[in-house]
Amino acid sequence: MSMRSQVAMGHENIRPDHQIIAQWVSPDATVLDLGCGNGDLLYVLIKRKSVRGQGLEINEQEIYRCVAKGLNILHGDVEKGLSDYKSRSFDYVILNQSLQQIRSVDAVIKDALRVGKKVIVGFPNFAYFRSRAQIFFGGKTPVNESLPYQWYETPNLHFFSISDFFDYCRSRKIRIEQKVFLDGERRISFFPNVFAQTGLFLISSNVRG
Amino acid sequence: MTGVTEAILQRDLGIVQTAYFKIPRVLLENGETLESVTMAYETYGQLDEDRANAILVLHAFSGDAHAAGYHEGDKDPGWWNVLIGPGKAFDTDKYFVICSNVLGGCKGSTGPASIDPKSGKRYALDFPQITIGDMVECQRQLIDHLGIGRLLSVVGGSMGGMQVLSWLVKYPDRVRSAIPIATTAKHSPQQIAFNEAGRQAIMADPDWRLGNYYDGNPPAKGLSVARMIGHITYMSDVSMTEKFGRQKKTNLPVTKFRADFEVEGYLRYRGDSFVRRFDANSYLYITKAMDLFDAFDGKPIQEAFGNVSAKVLVIAFKSDWLYPAYQSQEIVRACKIAGVETSYCEVHSTYGHDAFLLEVDEETHLIEHFLKKVFYEYAVTGGYGA
Repeated sequence: MSMRSQVAMGHENIRPDHQIIAQWVSPDATVLDLGCGNGDLLYVLIKRKSVRGQGLEINEQEIYRCVAKGLNILHGDVEKGLSDYKSRSFDYVILNQSLQQIRSVDAVIKDALRVGKKVIVGFPNFAYFRSRAQIFFGGKTPVNESLPYQWYETPNLHFFSISDFFDYCRSRKIRIEQKVFLDGERRISFFPNVFAQTGLFLISSNVRG
Repeated sequence: MTGVTEAILQRDLGIVQTAYFKIPRVLLENGETLESVTMAYETYGQLDEDRANAILVLHAFSGDAHAAGYHEGDKDPGWWNVLIGPGKAFDTDKYFVICSNVLGGCKGSTGPASIDPKSGKRYALDFPQITIGDMVECQRQLIDHLGIGRLLSVVGGSMGGMQVLSWLVKYPDRVRSAIPIATTAKHSPQQIAFNEAGRQAIMADPDWRLGNYYDGNPPAKGLSVARMIGHITYMSDVSMTEKFGRQKKTNLPVTKFRADFEVEGYLRYRGDSFVRRFDANSYLYITKAMDLFDAFDGKPIQEAFGNVSAKVLVIAFKSDWLYPAYQSQEIVRACKIAGVETSYCEVHSTYGHDAFLLEVDEETHLIEHFLKKVFYEYAVTGGYGA
């Protein structure tokens, strides 16, 4: 997660994916950020949209960083952390750059769609052209900006593409309300599954409650 | 977070004194009443004009009102001096910190060793079985007496954490935030078992004499063994290995059951010194109060914290096997279900249960920022915010 390690504080220095998410989230909403890392995104959402935020993170050192930002942060595993919440207890549940590290993706998304009225998902696109080239020409597991780890030390458990995620939403009857594809800071609309490093989706369950 | 410890140890409160507050009558949870109850307490820092900066610190099983600073002539400071004082986690330049000895204790507050005003004799086993809730009720009266409407925070580790939870449930409108540390909503059978072994050690001592030992020798051997059991449960396998190893105390040949190993000597020393500062009957009453405690009051977890509006910071420690992290996570679960704004950290530590007294840097970081946030929110909402 190289994006995560970039220090993105100060107004002009907000990460591009965080800016998109901040545009999507409505003011004063309640937000649960699953795998919130150092809390930069929640901090941005509180400052810009005065959301009531709750973070969940497994890494102890990140907990201290979140607490220093004044965030509500729970130390724990995303896969065990959702079931306690009542249905629709948050306006948004966010899984930004954490989905690829979760074992049971399907179950977590399903539960996120239960707990949150809307769910925001952000993930590295495995079919990014540089990754394709590294596999095709180099015959090696891709290592690049959005997939910064060697195969033997990656925390990523799943490698999926923007097209995969479209298929997934179709098969699970998940409504895609918004989508943005990024290559660094640039928005990509032309063949995003090839040219985007990152996919961002605002989704909701088809059943309206 | 290195260097915090050295920096904060340089500043202390200096000389502090214990004060006493008399409550004419306390109605206990079991329906009985206690007349003329004394509460020993200490305060540090200044109460601000809004009376909004008060923090109540709740001590663990064998603690007392002397949480920080030094008593005249003492070499050692109060039991949480590393966290309470100018510039520390509980910054006495900013906050007004209160700590009282629990009801049932033996450090200045009314307990089984106190004189029963009805009989003119010591209570001994005529003392009623008090509860964690009764301790909190007495603290509430002390807070009233000090003119404080709503506490900025209630905080405590171990049994202190149980009192924190009891405050949350009994007086949700009186607390703006709560910090339960290394604690549980209710004792597991294992925790009750360790307490029972301690109680049995005391009661098996012939000097105990059904609690009527105040005019003779106290049940020193029994109380000492009880404390040894306690100390084993407060440490961890790793912390014992680091502290003692299999180190021998002397090079002398082994004789029959002298304290050959360092760890044996340590336990004997801890047991013996405890006897000089603690009352055996208080041990019985307070451990029983802990065993009986159930923060959820038998209610399903879904209803437990329904009225809680405080912000909560729960802290657990990895190697704590007496109050394991799963028990703190159960408290977090209740908070999540109730929609309470909660933070939780399971601090990496090898100290076992003792960690809550020893992991100063991590606790300071968590508590300092948490309190700052709560205090700031109070300031910007003019005191009307949750």
